[in-house]
Amino acid sequence: MAVLRTLLYLFVYPGLLFLFAYSTFCEWFDRKVFARLQNRMGPTHTGSFGLLQPIADFIKLLAKEDVVPAAADKGLFRVLPAFGLAVVSAAGLLLPVWNFDLAVPSFTSFQGDLIVLLYLLSLPTLIIFLAAWSSTNYFSSIGGARVLTMLFGYEVPLFLAVLSPAILAGSWRLAEIAAFYQAKPLLILPNLLAFAIAVVAVQAKLERCPFDIPHAETEIVGGTFTEFSGKKLALFRLMFDIEMVVSSGLLAAVFLGGFPGGALVGFAHLVVKTLFVIFLLSLIRALTSRIRIDQVVTLAWKYLAPLAVLQLLIIILLKGLLS
Amino acid sequence: MKFQIPIGPQHPALKEPISLRMTVEGEVIVDADIRLGYNHRGVEKVAEEKNWTQNLYLSERICGICSHSHSTCYVQGVEKLMDIAPPPRGMYIRYLVSELERVHSHLLWLGVAGHEAGFDSFFMYTWRDREVVMDLLEMITGNRVHYAINAVGGVRRDLDDLQKAKVLEGVKILRERSVYYFRIGASEPSFVARIAGVGVLPLEKAVALCAVGPTARASGWARDVRKEDPYAVYGELEFDVPTADTCDVLGRVVVRVKELLESYKLIEQMIHKLPEGPIAAKVPRKAKPGEVVSRYEAPRGENLHYIKSNGTDKPERLKVRAPTLANYPATVEMLRSGFIADIPLIFAAIDPCICCAERAVVLTSARSGEESIVRLGDLRRQALERHQKAPLKRNAVWPF
Repeated sequence: MAVLRTLLYLFVYPGLLFLFAYSTFCEWFDRKVFARLQNRMGPTHTGSFGLLQPIADFIKLLAKEDVVPAAADKGLFRVLPAFGLAVVSAAGLLLPVWNFDLAVPSFTSFQGDLIVLLYLLSLPTLIIFLAAWSSTNYFSSIGGARVLTMLFGYEVPLFLAVLSPAILAGSWRLAEIAAFYQAKPLLILPNLLAFAIAVVAVQAKLERCPFDIPHAETEIVGGTFTEFSGKKLALFRLMFDIEMVVSSGLLAAVFLGGFPGGALVGFAHLVVKTLFVIFLLSLIRALTSRIRIDQVVTLAWKYLAPLAVLQLLIIILLKGLLS
Repeated sequence: MKFQIPIGPQHPALKEPISLRMTVEGEVIVDADIRLGYNHRGVEKVAEEKNWTQNLYLSERICGICSHSHSTCYVQGVEKLMDIAPPPRGMYIRYLVSELERVHSHLLWLGVAGHEAGFDSFFMYTWRDREVVMDLLEMITGNRVHYAINAVGGVRRDLDDLQKAKVLEGVKILRERSVYYFRIGASEPSFVARIAGVGVLPLEKAVALCAVGPTARASGWARDVRKEDPYAVYGELEFDVPTADTCDVLGRVVVRVKELLESYKLIEQMIHKLPEGPIAAKVPRKAKPGEVVSRYEAPRGENLHYIKSNGTDKPERLKVRAPTLANYPATVEMLRSGFIADIPLIFAAIDPCICCAERAVVLTSARSGEESIVRLGDLRRQALERHQKAPLKRNAVWPF
């Protein structure tokens, strides 16, 4: 039974199958919201309401010619897309959706899984950098340098922002943090500032407008992905979709009270809360123009990081008051 | 580490082929070089083979955005050579289309500026509203892009009252939208952060490098042919020449949106003042020998056509100086500072129309950097030879 549960967990929900299906749905949702905000229709033809469009895109990309540049580091170039996909999928397993017991830590939910999840979500950035660097294209190299520069900007504010609800809840375990806020929903409010910072940082992590600098089409063509095509590009795109689901799931677990009520009700919570976060991300994407790389670093260190520290202070004081 | 990145001839930021070779040090640009000649079509040579009327349609095809500018600039010159004056009603309709074209060109540019800055929502909205003016142009002329409204000695089509009312209605909507875009373009923080202080062209540089159009006006130089040398109907109409003194891309956005508002004023005045009478005059088949320079304020700046006649029904020489060509020296100057991220914005800010500006091809050898001018026949032979010598390409393999 336990083996079956684990297999179900690994491959069906929230494992590969669910992550694939749900991330394509989220891509559709993001594209549709983005399009409607721009007074366009978005995907309409493939499947009802164009729901199957991301899957169609994925399959089509798989069928495209796959070119490996002669000068590229071929080993790295080939393996990195699959590695990136594996990393974000593994991160997805740490979301506290079901199959955990608050009293008994298991391999999917343990003290410190918040840190592991954040770590796993940082890896794609490095993978993208390596991918860009190994393709030895000027545009890719510039894109890769931009990826790393941005990482130094948004990573610290994101970590600080995610820490503040964890400190208030007094735990490093996602399931416990979620349970804490389910018990005291009002305490979600003092964390709103951190939530806003985290949303901006996640937007930067996902390289979406206004932070789509590493693959700014009008500046450096495909940027990091200039040399990637076919299957490899498809895997990278899927990686970003899954990363979007996992990071919005992380924000939902930490800031919005998680996914209570077992597998089924929890599933409804997961869908509603992640879609809410993704809606915010789409909103930012539609409302802003791409900023410059130096402006990202300025924004992160001048505004986001100090605000995150301020939030931490507020939370620590509040914690003192409450106890 | 210094290296050269090729922006173009094929690049997503460019809608037409041109090569900007940017020497960069990390993210910072240290030098810029511009290479032209990828889109040379030999329009000037073709013009010598065609008669005065046929050339009207040829000159219209120099550009796809300011098609009316080129054909009007040409027809102005031809009318001067033939010594005829088109009837006032024809003139009003001709310049009404001119102003509508300016509106569509500036709205298009606003969208492109948004897109280059990664602000796609702005792009989608301006282009949606641009459809209003495109519909007006189609209603008046019958075409969306190549209006072909001009005829030597007047225009081809008349306006009726219903059309006049529709134009006024459309202008009302457009004015409202343009005021909104002005607010967005000049105040949306992430967009302004991208364009303020970018691509600085000080006034003295603008004058020294002979910048034209909105690029010059954004540097505080109130140059507008419509004002300083009022041709045709512009002497009878009231309008201002908007300028900005920020000398950057933000200034160019502001100038263009203000020009939109001035154009709406002009359109309304033209509709209200539209005189009665015929729309075209009868013209001779041949022009007298002589030469003429025709100036016209296109949406992108001063357009210049030099026409020489030898007394036959064909021009002996037609020389076109498109506004984009006049702005290239200033562009290179602007590109020499700033970041890689600024390249598309700075380049787009002159509203480049590359095929307008292509007048010759100079071939540069990629290996030695040697430059040579080659006849078209030789070029064709070289291309065929190269194609025959090239190794067989492996076909793409179907993966399943």
